[in-house]
Amino acid sequence: MSVDAATVRRIAHLARIAVTEAEVPHLQGELNAMLAFVEQLSEVNVEGVEPMTSVTPMAMKKRGDVVNDGEIADDVVKNAPETQNHFFLVPKVVE
Amino acid sequence: MTDLTSMTIAEARTGLARKSFTALELTDAHLAAMEAARSLNAFVLETPDQARAMAGAVDAKIAKGEGGPLAGIPLGIKDLFATRDVRTTACSKILGNFVPPYESTVTSQLWRDGAVMLGKLNNDEFAMGSSNETSCFGPVVNPWRREGSNTALVPGGSSGGSASAVAALLCMGATATDTGGSIRQPAAFTATVGVKPTYGRCSRWGIVAFASSLDQAGPIARTNRDAAILLRSMAGHDPKDTTSVDRAVPDYEAAIGKSVKGMKIGIPREYRLDGMPAEIEKLWSEGAAWLKAAGAELVDVSLPHTKYALPAYYIVAPAEASSNLARYDGVRYGLRVPGRSIGELYENTRAAGFGDEVRRRVMIGTYVLSAGYYDAYYLRAQKVRTLIKRDFEECFASGVNAILTPATPSAAFGVGEKGGADPIEMYLNDIFTVTVNMAGLPGIAVPAGKDEQGLPLGLQLIGRPFDEETLFSLGEVVEQAAGRFTPPNWWGAKA
Repeated sequence: MSVDAATVRRIAHLARIAVTEAEVPHLQGELNAMLAFVEQLSEVNVEGVEPMTSVTPMAMKKRGDVVNDGEIADDVVKNAPETQNHFFLVPKVVE
Repeated sequence: MTDLTSMTIAEARTGLARKSFTALELTDAHLAAMEAARSLNAFVLETPDQARAMAGAVDAKIAKGEGGPLAGIPLGIKDLFATRDVRTTACSKILGNFVPPYESTVTSQLWRDGAVMLGKLNNDEFAMGSSNETSCFGPVVNPWRREGSNTALVPGGSSGGSASAVAALLCMGATATDTGGSIRQPAAFTATVGVKPTYGRCSRWGIVAFASSLDQAGPIARTNRDAAILLRSMAGHDPKDTTSVDRAVPDYEAAIGKSVKGMKIGIPREYRLDGMPAEIEKLWSEGAAWLKAAGAELVDVSLPHTKYALPAYYIVAPAEASSNLARYDGVRYGLRVPGRSIGELYENTRAAGFGDEVRRRVMIGTYVLSAGYYDAYYLRAQKVRTLIKRDFEECFASGVNAILTPATPSAAFGVGEKGGADPIEMYLNDIFTVTVNMAGLPGIAVPAGKDEQGLPLGLQLIGRPFDEETLFSLGEVVEQAAGRFTPPNWWGAKA
């Protein structure tokens, strides 16, 4: 399988990365090189094989449903580019 | 006074206990070495004030007889580990001047045991790379050079700063992370010992995530013993990482020098690649001969799905990365590039913040997870991963204790020499190491010799899950046979 220019633009949008028209052909070439490389997986017989979901066989641990952290709003927003009263500021989302 | 920077951790531990020197003197010697070695670009942030304060506090504890197992040992920390109040960037522009208000579990355990932080070490951006050339701080230079040449070589990656700093005697050991070979390949390129522990052995909490089902932290050090000392402090259960395993941490150092007599060592035929350099082949046979001389039994084994590990990795790792890196949106931390709408803000921020390699992997990961392609790519890759793991399980079930392979298909290469035209060329560096991450197994890279140009080469040992001890015992046999390798200091006069 390979991707065309329109697909490259669509992937970039899905990944939320701005891509200029000039960059599309180069990216298309790189992505197709990677897709050509992984193409060899199609020759593996995976009939009846379970996909790996856990690296080490273990039951998912659950913690108690109790508050064990918090009240650190200053820390939470400390690294934010723009904040006001412990809120993150973004361009207007709802008209 | 003996040269304080050329000692091993084990030797420094003895010296500190005997009061031959203080932790502060040891730290100062390393800070001076770092200053003289800035041309290597191994450190992206030096923290001398904090280092001296930590060393002073440790000296007070040692005086009271309360020094921990790493009391006064100066270490470098890969910039992927969150360090409280110390800038942590993953060497990406998108994290900018991120200063964590928390400490990663692994580093907090090192400080608990008395280690001293010298600074933050360079790495490939988000640990994506095999040469440390994708870092936003620029490439790291390998302290090793080809004989009679001044060409700057890469230290490997992604833990290039860690490997370079340890090899150049700037720190006694370093933290590193390994997703596809990022500890073992740089260790092999710099004649250091690098350990990628079993998945779940070290907590991932507070480490910048790349591919969560593959990422694992481990040490880079100058000897097997030093790596064992460091791993004991780094490992352990952490309730904050649900994949961290609740299992006692053994005294890894006790495995050093333990007999390997009667152990079965697998030699996998699929690792004998067409066109593999003769010197790699020779190194591999030598390694096998050393283990045999120490009483181990060599057996030919087959891991039939080996060749599919790298392509499966280049689906699984980018897929997980595209998901993990979705958090860098210019809103909560790091870089922000404004836009007229929130969508434009995201797109502008991520376009400006991610380097080429990271962008490429996020995009391929997004594609293989997108509607209509998930089954063909991601699901198939996860099935192939099951087969890769099964190969190892069957091999170990037949009585094999560990597997011996070369660590890398070549020695270190020049800065700018690989991957410019074709990204796959760079990816092939990890061909021997990536299988271990796919199967969640422990692996160690040990210096074993030099090539014709005088560059270090390493061997890899792959172990059963949670049997790092066997790897240390076998690694020590290789170390005793091959000796240790130190690069001549050309990068700066040392105090």
